[in-house]
Amino acid sequence: MNPKFSFDDNSMKVQLCGEIDHHTAKTIREMTDQLIQQKRPKELRLDFSQVSFMDSSGIGLIMGRYRIMSLYGGYLKVVRVPEGLEKMMILSGLGSLNIIERREEPHDCQQ
Amino acid sequence: MTVSNEMNLSFESRSCNEAFARSAVSAFIAQLDPTIGELNEIRTAVSEAVTNCVVHAYRSTIGIIRINVKLTSDNAAIIRIHDNGVGIENISQAMEPLFTTASAEERTGLGFAVMQSFTDAVHVRSKPQKGTTVTLKKTLSRRFSHA
Ligand SMILES: Nc1ncnc2c1ncn2[C@@H]1O[C@H](COP(=O)(O)OP(=O)(O)OP(=O)(O)O)[C@@H](O)[C@H]1O
Ligand SMILES: [Mg+2]
Repeated sequence: MNPKFSFDDNSMKVQLCGEIDHHTAKTIREMTDQLIQQKRPKELRLDFSQVSFMDSSGIGLIMGRYRIMSLYGGYLKVVRVPEGLEKMMILSGLGSLNIIERREEPHDCQQ
Repeated sequence: MTVSNEMNLSFESRSCNEAFARSAVSAFIAQLDPTIGELNEIRTAVSEAVTNCVVHAYRSTIGIIRINVKLTSDNAAIIRIHDNGVGIENISQAMEPLFTTASAEERTGLGFAVMQSFTDAVHVRSKPQKGTTVTLKKTLSRRFSHA
């Protein structure tokens, strides 16, 4: 499933959906990078709330966007990571980059 | 330990088959009644091994990937992922976290680390120009007794 993009001031949000693997990461990467180059947002928010599966290709996708945003003087936030993906995020060492936003408290979520 | 069930799968190393492979393996293993977490870990580990065949073993060609899954009487799944691709020169170096030969393609060198942390045992056999076999073993918790 293709990601959905939205813009708010200097922020670009990417709503990722479904499974992220080597096969699907390619399209996500191409679509996202094209828009980053066009809009040059200050902030890129990768929303993982609708992601049902992710392997190390997803980590590559995050790291690559982190690099691009840094290159353009912007920054990356990884938001709304489902519980099932936490182990992968921790293992990747992404935690030390300080880009993962803490999961919202239950009362903030749509039940 | 005896083998209680077994399946074989063989398919082309096209990236669109990565999802098929991990789904097929997890559907077969579902009969051991694993938890959702365990099944997700198996899916992820298999995805890593299969992606390595697509990305590294058969880099610029299409080859055949074979998967064999054995279920054992002690509630374990033994998953073997085999390719006839380029092989690995130095296995222990390849298995080091963050080691990758494909950093330009946004590979991060985490595949083997993921397989190791999501299963109980990972074994790699490889011969340059012959191919690679990765064996994953995972024992599943017994949620209900199958007496
Ligand atoms: N089936 C294989 N055939 C040939 N080489 C392989 C195979 N599997 C792994 N390798 C080699 O081992 C290295 C490490 O593999 P690993 O899966 O840990 O990382 P990666 O594939 O490079 O990156 P990531 O999995 O994070 O996307 C690879 O870069 C590659 O050189
Ligand atoms: Mg890999």
